[in-house]
Amino acid sequence: MHQLTLAEIARALADKQFSSAELTGSLLSRIEQLDPQLNSFITVTAEQALEQAKAADARRAAGENGPLLGAPIAHKDLFCTRGVLTSCGSKILTGFKAPYDATVVEKLANAGTVSLGKLNMDEFAMGSANESSHYGPVKNPWDTSRVPGGSSGGSAAAVAARLLPAATGTDTGGSIRQPAALTNLTGIKPTYGRVSRWGMIAYASSLDQGGPLARTAEDCALLLGAMAGFDPKDSTSVDQPVGDYLAALAQPLAGLRIGLPKEYFGAGLDARIGEKVMAVVEALKKLGATVKDISLPNLQHAIPAYYVIAPAEASSNLSRFDGVRFGYRCENPKDLQDLYKRSRGEGFGEEVKRRIMVGTYALSAGYYDAYYIKAQQIRRLIKNDFVAAFNDVDVILGPTTPNLAWKLGEKNADPVSAYLEDIYTITANLAGIPGLSMPAGFVDGLPVGVQLLGNYFQEGRLLNVAHQYQQVSDWHKHAPSGF
Amino acid sequence: MALERSEVEKIAHLARLGLGDSELPQTTATLNSILGLIDNMQAVDTTGIEPLAHPLETTQRLRADTVIETNQRDAYQAIAPAVESGLYLVPKVIE
Repeated sequence: MHQLTLAEIARALADKQFSSAELTGSLLSRIEQLDPQLNSFITVTAEQALEQAKAADARRAAGENGPLLGAPIAHKDLFCTRGVLTSCGSKILTGFKAPYDATVVEKLANAGTVSLGKLNMDEFAMGSANESSHYGPVKNPWDTSRVPGGSSGGSAAAVAARLLPAATGTDTGGSIRQPAALTNLTGIKPTYGRVSRWGMIAYASSLDQGGPLARTAEDCALLLGAMAGFDPKDSTSVDQPVGDYLAALAQPLAGLRIGLPKEYFGAGLDARIGEKVMAVVEALKKLGATVKDISLPNLQHAIPAYYVIAPAEASSNLSRFDGVRFGYRCENPKDLQDLYKRSRGEGFGEEVKRRIMVGTYALSAGYYDAYYIKAQQIRRLIKNDFVAAFNDVDVILGPTTPNLAWKLGEKNADPVSAYLEDIYTITANLAGIPGLSMPAGFVDGLPVGVQLLGNYFQEGRLLNVAHQYQQVSDWHKHAPSGF
Repeated sequence: MALERSEVEKIAHLARLGLGDSELPQTTATLNSILGLIDNMQAVDTTGIEPLAHPLETTQRLRADTVIETNQRDAYQAIAPAVESGLYLVPKVIE
């Protein structure tokens, strides 16, 4: 049962091959048996899951037949879940049982999904390796001595190891696409504003977007269709109808114009990854696509600009964690300043403190123009590059990551080296366009991801291209041995 | 421009982050390495480029000025570290 995709589960549940309660029970025992090797869950909500599964079975018995009714998933632990620990991977949210559900959680629950629990992540989504979690690092099921990517590393590891068919994630600089690439999954970061951020604990509010990680593009289409939509509770939610992502999958690729940015294939890219990416391009050509060389000249400036904008927004967003209203409070504070400083000093991990300090510095008097305004000007240049490119092409294709999954601890001594791993993914967040990563093969037994970028609100086109590729390839069907 | 230890102490104070004396040298070195990366921005000519704060460049939506939330004080205070009679407790601020 655990090998089934969401689409296959939907058919099996409709055919009464098994019930949601049976499926949920089977996955819960798999999690109990296998997750100690991966550490992908922070909280397993077994009792609630079985109740939700029985409720879904009852809805089905009463005649309902939605595609996600009774489908098991789990949420990245930065989506607020009422009455369930929502930790964001941080000590500072110790004991924080959210008083409400995030819009994404509520929408997926209304669609009938069963939530098995909360998934591990880099603390406050700050990381590319899932090593900064207060709840310990997550291991990559393809090689448990390696990282699964981050920050949605728990989501990726759990789905790749077949503990779940799909999970939610969030992507501020690549946190859905990069772990999807390193664990052989398909994941999509939608256009900024497409999925509600209400109840998603904020890291960098102008970059954060929620989205699905699954094993196929079809499953991502299924989940994204239920997650997306206008939400008056999110001030940056976009009031525009959600496309029919499932219907879009079948569109033939004849005439598709693919752009290959030369900057994505330059120095810094593992050549073996480049070869896998070009093999995908050849397969897409056979399906009728045409290819054009393009340039995104400001790519190299994206990392410095991102590491100003994201920390600046984080320093402001994370000021709410004060040890007063919820979460961790230090022992015996001697005065209010001491309460703030020690609660935050003890409650936040190293990487989070670093980014708060970088952001505080960038926003401080005398440095604002040199850092924050400059970064926002570069952000405009990056957006302009994409606007120009999409005049000539429908999708932009390249590697998702410059390197394969690295060893646990390998990049801990030098945070800057880990920042450079985000080079191909962060531009989509800065510009606000959608991006998808899908499996493209293996190098030394480790998964390689190919990234597709589309124009604003072209999620359906990205899912379509990935789905058509998955009809002529089988990389996405490979499972890690031992899982 | 490299940060001195005293500047790092000031930034930590502005951010209300308690840093131990033993953490300061390492924090200073790491922040300087990150700022070194960020300083690459200065090589980019951005003369006349309008800063982009929001990817979709939309304006803030307005809504009717009516009550939409109900009082949830008890639910919110149930997860607070210290409360009494509906108030959040902190160390004495005014002597």
